[in-house]
Amino acid sequence: MKSGWAHRLLLLPAALWLLVMLVLPLLVVFVFSFGERAPAGGYIPAFSFDNYLNLPARLTAFKNTLILAPLGTLAALLIAYPLAYYLAIKASAKIRTTLLVMIIVPFWTSILIRTYAWIYILGGRGIPQLLEWIGIEGVRLINTPYAVLIGIIYGYLPLMVFPIYVSLEKFDKRLLEASEDLGAPPLKTFRDVTLPLSIPGIATGCMLVFILLMGEFLIPALLGGGKVFFVGNALVDLFLQSRNWTYGSAVAAALVIIMLVTVSIYMKLIMRGAGQREDVSLI
Amino acid sequence: MKDDNKPITRKQFIKQLRRYEKGSISRRQFLGVTGLGMATTVMAAAVPSLLPRKAWAAPNIGDRVVLATWPNYHDPANFEAFTQATGAHVQVNVFGSNEEMLAKLQAGGSGWDVFVPTNYTITTYVGEDLIEPLDLSQLPNFKASAFEPRFSDAGTVNGKVYAVPKNWGTTGFVVNNKHNKGKRMTSWKDFWDRTKTDYSGRTMVHDYQLTTIGNALKYFGYSFNSVDPKELADAEKLLLEVKPHLFAINSDYQPPLRNGDAWMSMCWTGDGKQLNTDIPTMEYVLGVEGGEIWSDYYAVPRGAEHREAGYALINFLLDPAINAREVMAHGYPVADSRTNALLPKALLEDPILYPARELLDALEFGAAATLTDPNRAELLARFKSA
Repeated sequence: MKSGWAHRLLLLPAALWLLVMLVLPLLVVFVFSFGERAPAGGYIPAFSFDNYLNLPARLTAFKNTLILAPLGTLAALLIAYPLAYYLAIKASAKIRTTLLVMIIVPFWTSILIRTYAWIYILGGRGIPQLLEWIGIEGVRLINTPYAVLIGIIYGYLPLMVFPIYVSLEKFDKRLLEASEDLGAPPLKTFRDVTLPLSIPGIATGCMLVFILLMGEFLIPALLGGGKVFFVGNALVDLFLQSRNWTYGSAVAAALVIIMLVTVSIYMKLIMRGAGQREDVSLI
Repeated sequence: MKDDNKPITRKQFIKQLRRYEKGSISRRQFLGVTGLGMATTVMAAAVPSLLPRKAWAAPNIGDRVVLATWPNYHDPANFEAFTQATGAHVQVNVFGSNEEMLAKLQAGGSGWDVFVPTNYTITTYVGEDLIEPLDLSQLPNFKASAFEPRFSDAGTVNGKVYAVPKNWGTTGFVVNNKHNKGKRMTSWKDFWDRTKTDYSGRTMVHDYQLTTIGNALKYFGYSFNSVDPKELADAEKLLLEVKPHLFAINSDYQPPLRNGDAWMSMCWTGDGKQLNTDIPTMEYVLGVEGGEIWSDYYAVPRGAEHREAGYALINFLLDPAINAREVMAHGYPVADSRTNALLPKALLEDPILYPARELLDALEFGAAATLTDPNRAELLARFKSA
């Protein structure tokens, strides 16, 4: 273990894994993005920036993604936080286990099936019909941006709940008593003690949800009726329908770059906010 | 194309099961009607130990054949019969669009032995060297003279037969007349105009540039296949105008039409027939301006792994008696006069399957250039993201 060679040798499997699973596919995307589309689709080697210059043609898709991804993340956070707080601090052990199981169980089924269920819940025979019975008529939910937002919150909620729950659950509850003893009202305790200590969980949850949302295509396709168009949907169409692999690669590369920039800015802000005392791990 | 995966309802299933128990239908019919035959086919592929042991019919063509095709486009009982006769088990891959099929073959390693391309894709497959000229000596059931040329000639490229006809059909629209206030629709002009008025929020168009743009072009009386920039610009203007009034852009249109969320949709023959059978107020309309007529084919990809079994399967399905059973199951017409001679008169006179001559004459076959035109692909992307 002393020599540098042994170290390097031990790193080899991990390095190889990264190379094959991460670097090579990304490299293919970058190389393709400078190529040219063959007349019937496919790849002709070339070096041109045409695909990148053409990116404004998917501006709306990028715009929609950059609006809905943060919005979905924020909405999921606002709903997940009280739930996680209740689970970690208020609930009795028995209720906690039951609720945790209820959050986990849906994960055993594919998101595709669960989203299909939402098609019926939001469709004409679902919630709108219930609303009609109580006198509110003409509500349309399915195939609107609202339906997509509901689907996203539903699908990503567990990813937000768990990191926050873990960070709230592990902190020393005596801090809350101490705060109370020292005369802080509940709201002040929450603001000055609970919230700062749960920031690592919030940060992790937000990052998980945000990153996955940026590439989401299934929920907008199914609940948006093909009318709500994300970068993910643009990519599916470019690769599977118009077979424009080179342009698709450029769009994918642009998405990766946008993510790198937004996520690093975000990390920096969070690190500063958390006073760098807690490590911001992904798990 | 032809997107429908409507499973049998529980009630119907029990009814069929009782009929089977009483002996009023055969096991084959039972499996076919309930979809169990297909389910078994799919499951068996995932569990190799369930596969039939060994071919007992000479010559040995191996134990399996992989078929890429469209949804609800075969009679599962026929696949069973094929396995019984040859020992080769049929593994079915279902696809949603010609583009997806082409993308998969271009990417390589599709693993298919037979697939079902539509007329306008065949020259592209030949140009890309993705399919092989058929060895007709292995297809004794293919008799070129029995087929109507306009539904079989796209299979021949540069004098060589690359594909043999499966079924043909049309692309029109289906409309639920329950909501039409006594004014029937007969044209693409009606389709688009009324989407903006009394069918607003209730209309669906395909997530498929060929048909959605093609039928928008018909509004102006242009060719379904136009790639002229000015004409495409007109179509784009119409599509963008109509978009806020659309229920969805999706080729899976049967479920919302059935549950009442959507009232009208672009539609292919077989779906029109199925919807009309179950909901009589659903009318299948071919626009008077024209639109699309298409023909599907069987082809063999280059380097097919179970090539011999692939040929055996095509030959088997082209047997007129087998083919007639196929038509009875999926409701798409065939161009083979030998098969038509075996079909019931009621089916041959069905106006959805066999539209009136003047409506048919106005239709156009899709062109290869239409499918691969990059401008049309970009137009659809703009339409979807608007």
